[in-house]
Amino acid sequence: MDNTRIPPSDTIVEVRQLWTAFGSGAKQVVIHKDLDLTIRRGEVLTLVGGSGTGKTVLLRQILGLESPFRGQVTVLGEPAAQLSRQGAASRVGMLFQHGALFSAFTVLENIAFPLRELKVFPPDLINEVALVKLQMVGLGPEHAHKMPSDLSGGMIKRVALARALSMDPPLLLLDEPTAGLDPNGSDEFCALLRSLHEELGLTVVMVTHDLDTLFALSTRVAVLAEKQVIVSGPPHEVTQFKHPFIEHFFLGERGRRATTALPADAPAAVPAPLPPPSPTAPPPVVRKDP
Amino acid sequence: MTVSTPRIDHENTAQGPCLVARGRWSAAQLGAPAVWRAFTRQLQATPAQAGMAWDLRQIDYLDHMGAQLLWNHWGRQWPAQLDTTDDQRSMLERVARFTIAPPQVKPLAAWQRFEGLGKGVLGMLDQLRAMVSLVGQLLLDLLRMLRSPREAPWRDVSGHLYQMGAAALPITALVGFLIGVVLAYLTSLQLRQFGAESFIVNILGIALVRELGPMLAAILVAGRSGSAITAQIGVMRVTEELDAMRVMGISHGFRLVMPRAIALAIAMPLITVWTTLAGLAGGMLAADLALDITPSFFMQAMPGAVKVANLTLAVSKSVVFGVLIALVGCHYGLRVEPNTQSLGRGTTASVVAAITVVILVDAVFAIVFRSVGV
Repeated sequence: MDNTRIPPSDTIVEVRQLWTAFGSGAKQVVIHKDLDLTIRRGEVLTLVGGSGTGKTVLLRQILGLESPFRGQVTVLGEPAAQLSRQGAASRVGMLFQHGALFSAFTVLENIAFPLRELKVFPPDLINEVALVKLQMVGLGPEHAHKMPSDLSGGMIKRVALARALSMDPPLLLLDEPTAGLDPNGSDEFCALLRSLHEELGLTVVMVTHDLDTLFALSTRVAVLAEKQVIVSGPPHEVTQFKHPFIEHFFLGERGRRATTALPADAPAAVPAPLPPPSPTAPPPVVRKDP
Repeated sequence: MTVSTPRIDHENTAQGPCLVARGRWSAAQLGAPAVWRAFTRQLQATPAQAGMAWDLRQIDYLDHMGAQLLWNHWGRQWPAQLDTTDDQRSMLERVARFTIAPPQVKPLAAWQRFEGLGKGVLGMLDQLRAMVSLVGQLLLDLLRMLRSPREAPWRDVSGHLYQMGAAALPITALVGFLIGVVLAYLTSLQLRQFGAESFIVNILGIALVRELGPMLAAILVAGRSGSAITAQIGVMRVTEELDAMRVMGISHGFRLVMPRAIALAIAMPLITVWTTLAGLAGGMLAADLALDITPSFFMQAMPGAVKVANLTLAVSKSVVFGVLIALVGCHYGLRVEPNTQSLGRGTTASVVAAITVVILVDAVFAIVFRSVGV
């Protein structure tokens, strides 16, 4: 299966010939150079790369928070820059690294915020929908009236996830979803993300340094290095790719621990079920042609 | 009506009447006011009795909002006959499982309100106690500094002196000058009626040197530096820098409070003199324009009109104001809790409290020294 056989409607995010540069003149630093990336419906794509390779910048460009220097980023068939208009919450959900909950609102008000801003739905309905979302992320209704400052780190991530999903966007972006959580909390959060991905048929793009999270969730890994996506494919295939960064990242001490701990039927090897409308086979390793 | 508009059609099938839902039943689609109005009207007209048959398979897209609407419309029970796709079924089942009455926030009982009053009073007492201990700590720190001046954080003092003193000069000069102009114009109108034009020197002199100069400077500095002090120390609390300092055995009082108090104690009288001078310059200009009182007469008459004791009083008052503003700022900064909301609240409270304290203390000064310099 190659790119040409995939129907265009199955492409959720398309990054074409992207250039990202900071500064100008002699001090200009190019982060991405002719970067291409296609994200298909139902995937859980993890972006990995050394620090300074522009993973988070790429995420922000997909969100339309930053505009590319050259090239284009298309999300759900529209340029990413158009995303920040009204109704963006129904297209893309973002889980920020530190939650980014509104500190002046209660948990329930945080989750209900995008719905409430439409100023159309009656408050009772909004509260019911928000409560469903709250329980969907595994929190009981007794937490509904707490303030974000009263929540633990794991609970903040869950509430932030519920808020990101409050308008049921098809695309979910995660920035370091398990950073700052203890191993137990991070495993539980991974399980939650996986079950939501299966139930809701989400497309997920994730930036993480945590190899356990990466292997637990990803159906595809894209490695950013040398200002491009050097390789992308299922995790176990990417680890075989010959590149200094990959060898260091996956096959170092920590990497070996994470890969050996992997059971034979881990989701890394068997991609999570995709939503019925577009069953796609696991994507192949795509070697980026220079 | 476009294809994607959510709607319900009544259809007669072989099994009898059936309600067929069509369109995109999503929050984004229903969020358009016109769509929502039409949709609710149609939903109300649709019979809700449990015996109806529903067919949802024609729906293009169903999200939690749509499922919630259906579930609520069905009276939170499954209709007699329901045709759905698997996805829709699991979505509806999830909504059905999780739909509960929202937990109520209990309204305050009468005794809780009474208790709240008590808590408020105790809170104020606590603030007062903390403020007194802050003053005591400052005195102890000053003693420690006098014993070993080499240990004192002089670099901090000089930095704060620049930030709170030198950087405040333009704004205080502008405000002082304008107040001087306004005051001179207003009094000149009254004085001309009595032919007592030359008394403008006495009025401006006493008012600006004794009261308005110190007050204006103190209020401006309270707004400018008091809030900055609270915000600086509050951010250090939020980012745990205060705890880090304590772990290293460095006292907050000696390292944070004292330099600020010293800096404002030095800067405040200087700013007061500067503001007063700017005010007098403004008054002089306005007097020249409105009453033909020349600047040279103004300057000659000034020493006779305002005794030097007034200046001494103003300067010593300013030292007290400066220390108070620094202490109030530090007090609220150190009480900030490690969250951003508390930081904002603390900063606002600090400015209000600093200005109130300055005005209260000024009134005390006015009463105690009523026979001095007049």
